[in-house]
Amino acid sequence: MSNIQDIQNEIIEEFEILGDDKESTIFYIMELGNNLPDFPENDRIDDNIIKGCQSKVWLTAKMENEKIHFFADSNTDITKGLISLLIRVLSERSPKEIIDAELKFIDKIGMGNIIGSQRSNGLASMIKQMKLYALAYQAKQNA
Amino acid sequence: MPINIEEIRNLFPVLHQEVNGKPLVYFDNAATTQKPKQVLDALVQYYELDNSNIHRGAHTLADRATRYYENTRSAIQKFINAKEEEEIIFTKGTTESINLVASTFGRKFISKGDEIIISTLEHHSNIVPWQMLCEEKGAILKIIPISEEGEIDLEAFENLLSEKTKFVSIVHVSNALGTINPVKQIIKSAHKVGARVLLDGAQSTSHLEVDVQDLDCDFLAFSAHKLYGPTGLGILYGKREVLESMPPYQGGGEMIKEVSFEKTTYNEIPFKFEAGTPNIADVIAFAKAIEFIQQLGKKEIKEHEDELLSYATDGLNSIKGFIPVGTAKEKVSVISFNINEMHPFDVGMMLDANGIAVRTGHHCTQPLMHRLGLEGTVRASFSVYNTKSEIDRLVAAVSKIAKIKNK
Ligand SMILES: Cc1ncc(COP(=O)(O)O)c(C=O)c1O
Repeated sequence: MSNIQDIQNEIIEEFEILGDDKESTIFYIMELGNNLPDFPENDRIDDNIIKGCQSKVWLTAKMENEKIHFFADSNTDITKGLISLLIRVLSERSPKEIIDAELKFIDKIGMGNIIGSQRSNGLASMIKQMKLYALAYQAKQNA
Repeated sequence: MPINIEEIRNLFPVLHQEVNGKPLVYFDNAATTQKPKQVLDALVQYYELDNSNIHRGAHTLADRATRYYENTRSAIQKFINAKEEEEIIFTKGTTESINLVASTFGRKFISKGDEIIISTLEHHSNIVPWQMLCEEKGAILKIIPISEEGEIDLEAFENLLSEKTKFVSIVHVSNALGTINPVKQIIKSAHKVGARVLLDGAQSTSHLEVDVQDLDCDFLAFSAHKLYGPTGLGILYGKREVLESMPPYQGGGEMIKEVSFEKTTYNEIPFKFEAGTPNIADVIAFAKAIEFIQQLGKKEIKEHEDELLSYATDGLNSIKGFIPVGTAKEKVSVISFNINEMHPFDVGMMLDANGIAVRTGHHCTQPLMHRLGLEGTVRASFSVYNTKSEIDRLVAAVSKIAKIKNK
């Protein structure tokens, strides 16, 4: 599997091909959401909701073979697309990789301009929650 | 005389720009309207030529500023046909106007077991102040139900009224759905049981003729920024005898007659309720907004807006997957809607990508959304400077967006 850096570069290239047109970029992000695997109905509970997002976002994680797998869902399609990007970069990685990850693709593709400030704050909350999961699993590993 | 849209549009500098590579279409007028050049000029002119504190200075500038400030009060008096200028109080918005009444009228006249009636259509600013008051006083908040179409159930309202009813606070026009409420009848019925009535006129004053003497409301609250005026300025109208019976809101300068450490006496209305240096510049500039409306004519504005409303309703209704929210018979130029299988946030963002500004979400009416079983809606609201060709762009964009999930 490629490293975090390579995947980020891939995403940056994909968005470069889309160009400046905001509408096509948003359509593209919405389509990405379709790639998210089905989220288990019984995980769709308030405990799994990320605080700080305007739309509803559910996130869970589990550890398998030393790697963290993330599962997520949202009630809005654009947010689903955004999560799918984060999962593509951060899922199935070791806690340390996730904690150390610098997500430069978000600025590089000008995500703030595309999704606006409220959703950008939501995106930051999602990243924070993913890193918190990684910290928790790392603490467990070290214990 | 029908209004000349091109001439009107030229008065609004903000309309002439591109957003996301497309000419801006501003359909978020229920949140705040844009400001005509006269209002902007008046703000600059005040700071460039007249700036000084009012009601106290012994110099020419202070005198001039005071005169302009009080001229606006008199313009508002005429605008809503109040009996006297003194019945017009400046606040910082509809929200503060309602809070003022809830805390002062409430402090003196509401006690344990009394009932206050509001409706399901209310904006949070006409819910929370009353909840706070009820909690403090042990009073009871009663809610008028609505129909699926978003109309108040008048019969249910009549049944809620009793000698326990002390206050009715009701929105004149719903910001979320555009419903025009039958407030004249509500006021009449409330008065029969001796209750006072506040009208939340935040949305009605820009679209309808509002005549406080004809309506016979005890209070009317509204915001300048929804009426082509500046932000941070609100109006509270109250009948003289009611205002005089109420204790002051905030203590400070301007609201006093005489202060000693032993005893302070309060100023007369309206100054009793205007503590501190007020929002002088915005008050002065607001007169220009009222002038703008009166020159066009409320009737002419409404005719134009109604035409836009029916044109947009027809266009949008033909789109597969379009779900109108709020279909009251009497409505102002507001269209709330959803797209089948799509979240309002996503629809709003895609409209923005097309240069079209709308509002999405619960519109500060969460209990209403809950009643309708919705998380939120997309709301397009039209104003005097909007055009049919802008609506064509909305209809085209909504069509395209709806197709994603409604093939
Ligand atoms: C019906 C209604 N009431 C009250 C308000 C609050 O007005 P303001 O925020 O100007 O105080 C609004 C504004 O959105 C409104 O639409």
